[in-house]
Amino acid sequence: MTEHDPERLNVAPGTPHDSMLSETISYVVGLSLALLLTGVSFWVASTSVLWGPGVAVGLVVLAIAQMGVHLVFFLHITSGPDNTNNVLALAFGVLIVFLVMIGTIWIMAHMNTNMGVSPELMNLQAQH
Amino acid sequence: MSTHAEAAIVGLTHGGSEDTGLGQRGPASKSIVVPYGFWLFVLSDMVLFSALFATYASLVHATDGGPITNQVFHRDLVAVETIALLVSSFVCGLAMITAKRANMFWTQVWLLVTALLGLVFLYIEISEFAGMIAIGAAPQRSAFLSAFFTLVGCHGLHVTCGLLWIGTMMAQIWAKGFQPHIVRRLLCLSVFWHALDIIWVAIFTIVYLIGTLP
Repeated sequence: MTEHDPERLNVAPGTPHDSMLSETISYVVGLSLALLLTGVSFWVASTSVLWGPGVAVGLVVLAIAQMGVHLVFFLHITSGPDNTNNVLALAFGVLIVFLVMIGTIWIMAHMNTNMGVSPELMNLQAQH
Repeated sequence: MSTHAEAAIVGLTHGGSEDTGLGQRGPASKSIVVPYGFWLFVLSDMVLFSALFATYASLVHATDGGPITNQVFHRDLVAVETIALLVSSFVCGLAMITAKRANMFWTQVWLLVTALLGLVFLYIEISEFAGMIAIGAAPQRSAFLSAFFTLVGCHGLHVTCGLLWIGTMMAQIWAKGFQPHIVRRLLCLSVFWHALDIIWVAIFTIVYLIGTLP
């Protein structure tokens, strides 16, 4: 099997490690971190201890951290040389995702505030 | 079988040449190329979801006087969904570990547990949708609800496809054993399943948690 070739130059995303122990540890650590981050997210969202306007940003940061945990511990995306192709593809995907999301939200918010004729028409709640 | 011999069999090299460096090595083996191609699909799927997220974020306040986020979302249900999908993703990893060791029994058990947890997730989601529609928060009520059902429903559709795929793989492993092409498909399945969990992280944060902030 080629998957046991020690001199391989590339490794597919999600490929299990050769060592069962390190593989299992990776999944257990990933699950623990993900559960922790999920718990913190739900706590942050329901507590009144934190500064209100900052909570949404904090939640987004926690979500991005948890996605990173999933990528590293579940999908085994690493910074190693055998992962270069996977990381490059991921980087391009992330670039497009951010362009689409931030671009859309930014432009639509500006159109919503700048293009109206009257405050009546501006109110999104009055539109279908 | 060496990388080169395998590549020669499938007609990817001219055969016989020795590796002299990156440039003349030729394409990677199928066990690399197939999951890599699937990785590209998964990333493009995330681009698709980013468009749905952007749509949702633009329309979340366009409620047309109908129900708003705080009235239709229930955090406790979402917490159960989240844990079910997360543990499902973890168990899918366990299935991959046992599949690499060609352990039929435990691979089938872990895949079954993965699918059952996926079913729990899907059941909660469908009952949530049904409950929303019952109180008049249907997709046609407002732009916000259209965007919500499109985004979350698209994820639910992916989970449904994943469940069908898990069932298919359990049958194929049972019938054909751990042949290389079957293990490749299983690897793609695990990448797909983990990716669904990553998308769910974005959904529960952006839609449910930020949507129900006081």
